[in-house]
Amino acid sequence: MNELPQQLVNGLLLGSMYGLVAIGYTMVYGIVQLINFAHGEIFMTGGFGALTVYLYVLPNGTSMWVALPLMLLGAIIVATTVAVGAERFAYRPLRGAPRLAPLITAIGLSLALQQAVWAWYPDAKESINFPQIDGGPFEVGNVTVQTGDIFLLIAAPISMAVLAYFVLKTRTGRGMQATAQDPDTAKLMGVNTDRIIVIAFALGAAFAAIGAVAYGLKYGQVQFRMGFILGLKAFTAAVLGGIGNIYGAMLGGLVLGVAEALSTAYISDIPGMEQFGSQSWANVWAFVLLILVLLFRPQGLLGERVADRA
Amino acid sequence: MTALLEVEDLRVAYGKIEAVKGISFKVEAGEVVTLIGTNGAGKTTTLRTLSGLLKPVGGQIKFNGRSLKKIPAHNIVSLGLAHSPEGRHIFPRMTIEDNLRLGAFLRNDRPGIEKDIQRAYDLFPILGERRKQAAGTLSGGEQQMLAMGRALMSQPKLLMLDEPSMGLSPIMMQKIMSTIAELKSLGTTILLVEQNAQAALSLADHGHVMEVGNIVLSGSGQDLLHDESVRKAYLGED
Repeated sequence: MNELPQQLVNGLLLGSMYGLVAIGYTMVYGIVQLINFAHGEIFMTGGFGALTVYLYVLPNGTSMWVALPLMLLGAIIVATTVAVGAERFAYRPLRGAPRLAPLITAIGLSLALQQAVWAWYPDAKESINFPQIDGGPFEVGNVTVQTGDIFLLIAAPISMAVLAYFVLKTRTGRGMQATAQDPDTAKLMGVNTDRIIVIAFALGAAFAAIGAVAYGLKYGQVQFRMGFILGLKAFTAAVLGGIGNIYGAMLGGLVLGVAEALSTAYISDIPGMEQFGSQSWANVWAFVLLILVLLFRPQGLLGERVADRA
Repeated sequence: MTALLEVEDLRVAYGKIEAVKGISFKVEAGEVVTLIGTNGAGKTTTLRTLSGLLKPVGGQIKFNGRSLKKIPAHNIVSLGLAHSPEGRHIFPRMTIEDNLRLGAFLRNDRPGIEKDIQRAYDLFPILGERRKQAAGTLSGGEQQMLAMGRALMSQPKLLMLDEPSMGLSPIMMQKIMSTIAELKSLGTTILLVEQNAQAALSLADHGHVMEVGNIVLSGSGQDLLHDESVRKAYLGED
């Protein structure tokens, strides 16, 4: 049986989740040249935001078709609040400081958010089940899409289209591009760059929150540490695609997802490589791919060389 | 009647080092005023302070009767003060047309913006021919045209040009200078910073010579052009 189409679909679905989270890394980096290592935890708080709406806001037994949009809204509100707060109180005071200072702040913030959820969220010391959409998997030909992944199938392309429209067609989006390319000159044009930075953090968090709901539906649970590996993968996707480039983030996510899916499906078929095809090795192959791409194309797949003509 | 721009005892410092040490000058509506002087004289620092990118440590800036000292950079352009920065600083990965549109970032009158884009293309036909091209692919002189066109898109009351001829070929320099003359004849008020003193002074109504943070000599453009010390120091004559 030919399982390649199935593996590609699995990989693309996984990859679009990486891509949604990767956008946050790449947008913030593009505008303030900061790797927000707390972004994985912002993603995690989005997951808990959605969970909170389901468990503590909506009445018991609310249909998922009603609950899901509200959960999504809760995820976005929580994640953007955390991100905007982080920008305001942790990163903004460090603007102009040596690069290492905000980086260490980001790592500290990431630990603080993890531990806060662990300590204070009810039952968060273990994984908490995430509500699931009823109904069996969908089958198209011999390709199966799990019910939980339907959300991703719909949300990821819509999110990307909305983002592209925003960046290319709205005034704020053009101000964002200008700020990324030359912040001082953007100010001369009348762009409020402080506001643009806040918007970049908020948008990145909103997309991460969509990714977090997708994660909950896909894996059936959320936990306080879910942002660590996923954040690392999404960061890898952002670098792979060319950090600073929002299309690169999505492309990098898809490439990474497909690479993982193919590695688990096929590497064990190679004679002598039987033990390298497991799920835990998939992470290794993902990072091997990153290293290879960076060796031959340091700016990433869609990244641009930094030098512009004077 | 007060002048459009009044700078009084302006002082600007980078840390402890004062780059501008208490300068005063005026720009009247309709005038071209130039600041000339060598590298490090404080000319660019002065312009960057006027447009809010740097904060002064002392003195007054009054534009159109209003103090600019407390106004953040992104709000200054809407008061009618446009700045074409040193080194041009066009947005390299955007098209020429998008660069021009950014110059009109705060304007809401769509038809007016389209008209002004057309006007920029009339002023600089090469920009019109390449409107969909990324601005980073333009030559230095073309980028300078774009930077000037972009600054004009805000419909400024005062246009500040920082070193528009820097690094350009003699032909391109002449083209830029004749454009400035054309803008002047259309009634644009211009504050021009230049190292090319000859060109700047021949255009200017008033000129000020800056040296290490001070204005050491002021006069009409023609007077300075014929001043012996200026000729020696800036026009390369013995």
